[in-house]
Amino acid sequence: MIKLELQSVGVAYGHNLVVKDITFQVMPGEIVGLIGPNGSGKSTIIKAISRVISLRSGKIFLDGKDVFKIPRGDLARLLGVVPQMSILPSAFTAFEIVLMGRNPHLGLLQYESAKDMAITWQAMERTATQPLAERIVCELSGGEIQRVVIARVLAQEPKSILLDEPTANLDIRHQVEILDLIKSLCQENNLTVVIALHDLNLAAQYCDRLILINDGRVHAQGAPGEVINSRNIREVYGADGCVYPHPVNGLPAVLLKAGNSRHAKPRDTIERGVV
Amino acid sequence: MALEQLKPSFTGQAIPIHLPHWRSRIYGILGLLILLTVVVGFATTFGSVQIPFSAIFGTLLSKLPLVDITPTWPSTTETIILDIRLPRIILAGLVGAALAVAGATYQGLFRNPLADPYLIGVAQGASLGAVIGFLLPFNWQGMGFGLIPLLAFAGALFSVAIVYNLARVGKTLPVTTLILAGVALGALLGSVVSYLIINSGEKMHGILFWLMGSFSLSEWTEVKVVLPYIVVGVVIILLYSRSLNIMQLHEEQAQQLGINVEKVKLILLVAATLITAAAVSFVGTIGFVGIIIPHAVRLVWGPDYRFLLPLSVLTGAVFLILADLVARTALAPTEIPIGVITAICGAPFFLYLLRRKKRIVFF
Repeated sequence: MIKLELQSVGVAYGHNLVVKDITFQVMPGEIVGLIGPNGSGKSTIIKAISRVISLRSGKIFLDGKDVFKIPRGDLARLLGVVPQMSILPSAFTAFEIVLMGRNPHLGLLQYESAKDMAITWQAMERTATQPLAERIVCELSGGEIQRVVIARVLAQEPKSILLDEPTANLDIRHQVEILDLIKSLCQENNLTVVIALHDLNLAAQYCDRLILINDGRVHAQGAPGEVINSRNIREVYGADGCVYPHPVNGLPAVLLKAGNSRHAKPRDTIERGVV
Repeated sequence: MALEQLKPSFTGQAIPIHLPHWRSRIYGILGLLILLTVVVGFATTFGSVQIPFSAIFGTLLSKLPLVDITPTWPSTTETIILDIRLPRIILAGLVGAALAVAGATYQGLFRNPLADPYLIGVAQGASLGAVIGFLLPFNWQGMGFGLIPLLAFAGALFSVAIVYNLARVGKTLPVTTLILAGVALGALLGSVVSYLIINSGEKMHGILFWLMGSFSLSEWTEVKVVLPYIVVGVVIILLYSRSLNIMQLHEEQAQQLGINVEKVKLILLVAATLITAAAVSFVGTIGFVGIIIPHAVRLVWGPDYRFLLPLSVLTGAVFLILADLVARTALAPTEIPIGVITAICGAPFFLYLLRRKKRIVFF
């Protein structure tokens, strides 16, 4: 049951200020989606919260404590991260990778106990990765690796989970399965969840709140219906008139049509528009 | 041990996979321990004088307290066993273990299968120190050994310290920069060594022999000096073997799993460098062990560092004791440099493993 709070956070790579001024809060049991164009700073925010890069300005609080003052081992018991592209050592088995999630719970001289093994095995059950347990990483597909990494985060038993594009490599069935899983985990265990997502439709379907980031600043935040509207999409993505209500649940849906960018020839737009 | 723990899981049901490799790794450690004992005994019997096993057992037992055995062998036999053969065999085992475990550590730390203990300048630093020791017009004796090992040890540590400081960026140590700085400084020191060798005149033979490695001057003094470094270094590395596993995930993920990456990197770097420097300083830069032994272990038992490191310690020790046995007996009374033997005997065996296993991915 922990709250995540960012206060006017700024992050720079060298002199290049990528994240300029980000302030938001995430409450327990809530899924917050970070959306925004490429290079807007979504991944950088995830890295800053997990203390992989240092802040130029501002503060990040997890459970009321400054993230940068929590020892790394303690932080890993509070916070688990699913990175954008998981590069895994190719000769390890999936089970060994998931077992690594238990690391923050083990001391220097400790070995995984039966309880650690059982938690690992349960995490693999929830992510449907048990059949992969004895396969080695280089034999797994992109989607399988993604599920193994999510299982590793579950084995970590954190109170808060950050996910950076968790559905990027997945087909639509696994996209929905993974996000359903995260949603139910979040509700059952009152987790604090932040997901960086490219797919605005998935973001609208699964997130309780969205934060639209543009050029390192919060452009809009609120419920999906308030954030994904024609005006915001035009201002941030430069795409016009493509937001519709979802036919089943009325949440916003973004449907693109060809010829809507600056590279389109005028003829394409007219022809397709007529058809 | 891990296998028994799997059965009574707290969900009430056993984990229905066998994890067979876990069992084979534990059997591997036990098997290699037995093999190591046999090899030590075997290597003690061979040499310019053949000594029967009974004499070896008798001599060792008679040195234990509360054991009273009347020797049935001449006292020269006892001298050969205790003062000539055993220190040499033990030193070879220690150096083999040190080089193999340091190689495995560097490979894991740099996530690079081509890494060996000499990648970041240890060998060239040690060689330069040793060559300077050879060329100095005087010699100094202290603590039972000469100036050469001392200078070699200092040279190894000094060159790694330079590489470390060159590669550091702020508070972090990017491994790619470290490797490149090591290779560049190594080339620089290597060329100085080559120049000094060419101008070394009659001392050239001694220098070249040192560079290829030899255990011919091994005595208990050497063992006593090298032992603490290697034992402490290996224990530290073994403590961090789970961290080394997780560091294979690349640094960001390792940090997110609670590893203090920069601290672990520094600890492992210092430990691996110290044991390599200690090993190299007395017996010269023996090649091949540090790169091939860890890979052979990976091929047979997999990449988990918690088993890879202890298995490398044992395999490295067995391998170098056997290589030294060949080096001192094959062309007796002439000694072959051990670096030649490690490659001639080790490379075909490694290639055989590589082909027989046909495992494409093992790193």
